[in-house]
Amino acid sequence: MAQLSIIVNGQRHVNEIADNILLVDYIRETLALTGTHIGCDTSQCGACVVHVNGISVKSCTMLAAQADGAEVTTIEGISDGENLHPMQEAFHEQHGLQCGFCTPGMVMSAIELVEKNKDLSEQDIREGLEGNICRCTGYHNIVKAVQTAASKMQR
Amino acid sequence: MSSDLNKPIAHDSAALYVTGTAKFTDDILFPDDGLHIALGLSSVAHGKLVNVDLQEVLKAEGVVCCLTAEDIKGRNDASPVFGDDPVFADGLVSYHGQSVFAVVAHSAKQARIAALKAQITYEELPAILTIEEAISQNNLLRAPHHIEAGSVDKGLEGAPHRLQGQIKIGGQEHFYLEGQAAIAFPGEAAELHLHVSTQHPTEIQHKVAEALGIGFHQVSVQVRRMGGAFGGKESQANLPAIIAALAAVKTGKPAKLVYDRDEDMRVTGKRHDFQISYDVGFTNDGKILALNVEQFLRCGMSFDLSAAIADRAMMHAENAYFIPDMRVTASLCKTHTPSNTAFRGFGGPQGIMGMERIIDDIAATLGLDPLVIRQRNFYPDKGTSESGKPTPYGQPVTDCVIGQLVDRLSRDAHYQTRRLEIIKWNKDNPVLRRGIALTPVKFGISFNKTMLNQAGALVHIYTDGTIHLNHGGTEMGQGLFTKIAQICGDAFGLPIDRVAITPTHTGKVPNSSATAASSGTDLNGMATAAAAETLKARMATYLAAQYQADVASVRFADAQVYVGDEAISFAKAAMMCWQGRISLSATGFYATPEIHWDPDKAKGVPFYYFAYGAAVTEVAVDRLTGENRLLRVDILHDVGRSINPALDRGQIEGGFIQGAGWLTTEELVYGKDGRLQTHAPATYKIPACSDRPAIMNITLFESGGNPADTIHKSKAVGEPPFMLATSVHSALRHAIEGLITEGMPNLDAPATAEQLLMTLKGMAR
Ligand code: FES
Ligand code: FES
Repeated sequence: MAQLSIIVNGQRHVNEIADNILLVDYIRETLALTGTHIGCDTSQCGACVVHVNGISVKSCTMLAAQADGAEVTTIEGISDGENLHPMQEAFHEQHGLQCGFCTPGMVMSAIELVEKNKDLSEQDIREGLEGNICRCTGYHNIVKAVQTAASKMQR
Repeated sequence: MSSDLNKPIAHDSAALYVTGTAKFTDDILFPDDGLHIALGLSSVAHGKLVNVDLQEVLKAEGVVCCLTAEDIKGRNDASPVFGDDPVFADGLVSYHGQSVFAVVAHSAKQARIAALKAQITYEELPAILTIEEAISQNNLLRAPHHIEAGSVDKGLEGAPHRLQGQIKIGGQEHFYLEGQAAIAFPGEAAELHLHVSTQHPTEIQHKVAEALGIGFHQVSVQVRRMGGAFGGKESQANLPAIIAALAAVKTGKPAKLVYDRDEDMRVTGKRHDFQISYDVGFTNDGKILALNVEQFLRCGMSFDLSAAIADRAMMHAENAYFIPDMRVTASLCKTHTPSNTAFRGFGGPQGIMGMERIIDDIAATLGLDPLVIRQRNFYPDKGTSESGKPTPYGQPVTDCVIGQLVDRLSRDAHYQTRRLEIIKWNKDNPVLRRGIALTPVKFGISFNKTMLNQAGALVHIYTDGTIHLNHGGTEMGQGLFTKIAQICGDAFGLPIDRVAITPTHTGKVPNSSATAASSGTDLNGMATAAAAETLKARMATYLAAQYQADVASVRFADAQVYVGDEAISFAKAAMMCWQGRISLSATGFYATPEIHWDPDKAKGVPFYYFAYGAAVTEVAVDRLTGENRLLRVDILHDVGRSINPALDRGQIEGGFIQGAGWLTTEELVYGKDGRLQTHAPATYKIPACSDRPAIMNITLFESGGNPADTIHKSKAVGEPPFMLATSVHSALRHAIEGLITEGMPNLDAPATAEQLLMTLKGMAR
């Protein structure tokens, strides 16, 4: 067992956890934040992406214990409570979603991509999202959404 | 204000998706004392179960109990039709990865760890794994069926040119991003309520009841949404649901089974791989006179839906071309592999791939542009004197638009100019080669089985003027619920935020068909419209009497009801009707008219109408590595009068990219022991964001609406665009044409980089 002290979406949690529990399971089961999804369990699909200290992480590939002391943001924590994050808004407006299962991970990856890179080209976005699989959309509207959000976020 | 019909409004769950608050099955609040299940899978492809020792499993941490075939009081069967898919192997295993037992534990992790501790002894039997092996040992599920028109043998003999060939087409893993998931909640007495990620809640209800030996009325099944399905949650959702139900009954606790990705890919069936050979006769200018096609499909260890899939493959073997003398035969190969199942297109894609290969081969033989051959053989467009030529199964093609659609696409995409440029480029560039192809799609809409073409809906109006909408269709991301809400809102003259979209539930609309065959909107939209008409007629009659107006004058629009000279709000109208003791709840029902099918003669009119589309794809291939890219895609697709253009375009693009994956990177590899070796996305390559072509122009064909009397003159769009991706394969083949001396290369599908390279080196097959 390990002692975990972690800030998730601005709220501190202190838990006694098993050493081998994955961050994604901690988020979904212990904290009941089910917006973070599991699509592959093997670090391929990106459905489980969250931010750990501002960096996109596939939470199925990280032990919860490794996030001790970290600040974690999940899809539930990116709007300011009143307004959606521009990335959320853009996915909604640009139809960057069908079944929606990939959406939370996609939004989280895209936010970091835009925050870390000024003047993203379409090609940069395509390559930047390679780690997130969407089986439904064919990606066009996802790329459009990221472009739309980027222009708002970087204004 | 008019309604939201025909507008590109967002998916009804979009706001929930982007905030992470849409609940998928595994997200539903599950009690702490609920139990979790893992499967124990066979590790041989074919063998007798000599001993299944579960002692160590039962002793493992957190384990509550195990389930085997002996725990099933009713039928040990998860199959959709033929009764040949055991829930748990009983004495015999028939594929590597078949479920032998299940473990029920306090956590999913505990269950998974425990499942690995089983000691299973097999007496291995020889396994038949491939289509070739099944053919050589004549291991078929049933005698071959065929569809025939004219006299093929005579036609072939008399033809000026004759050509034979063969193509192998690989299968495809669905890879719905949300894996199979089922939860069973025990109710009072023997009752059971399930939440399942399924396209077919009614079938789950039936299979669960049969396994438990109880009545259908004791089981209810609910699904709000799936995280993708693509046909993979039609019959394949039965197994986890039945096992969750068995566990809930045995323990008296809620029980949940969610496959992990590995398990999902090993256990479930996939798109059928095909081997197609042909013999074609044609004229000097490429007009096809006679064609004999033989299709062999790998079905796996049982029927599942293979018989219907073979029917659809046969019915699409001529694609958009009129061929006077044609015979197509389908052989259902039985193998010791997972039982292949429904997947977007349902055999149609393989049938169409076969036909497009034939066209390309004819073009290469005659030294003509394949598009010319295509155009010479199209079914005549509607409105032309030749229109109405029959398909090989006897259905007159009266609604054809493929000729004009292809003319327009080829013009708008500058096909001819680009093709000439590419031919020139290839002369000058021996390493980086380019290719271009335009291929058409004609896809029959309706379930092949006539009886499945029915649907029900349930509509309530509340006294504040809001609506509760329910129907038998399921939401898997395609936007069905949004479209039906648009239809429902429009009927009452209300915006869709006044319509509550509610989960599919066997207790609300009974005896539903699977949401499949692209038919979701056609069927459920009509049923919903029928319910709305019933309610409007009741309201109109009552309100007309109250205002001494003519019933015919009553109109529902702008969230108002206009009665004679009066305009009252819809809410007030609803309240008045309630006060007048008028029933504000109604069911609606729809059965597709005009269709019929004679399975013995293999003739009839199985489809209510056809959907049409075409795509031009340009590719580049590195001849030294086989690496390839999509450079540009232009699509023109007929969706009739679109109920929601944004959703329809989404289906077209998503379908195309999924089809391109099937034909290029997605390769299923089974080992000699029958084990699926590509059982995770690390080894099974799904198209990624960077694989999408830089230029992709999608246009909706302006047709003036579906000539058939469908809901608001729309056309089904779920499956047809998938087959637009045949243009990718043809373009790849065009790119490497002439590089090996024997002429047109025998490129199989998927055309992975490896496959392209082997083809170029003459090493394929
Ligand atoms: S679940 Fe973590 S990457 Fe797929
Ligand atoms: S919307 Fe379904 S996986 Fe992306």
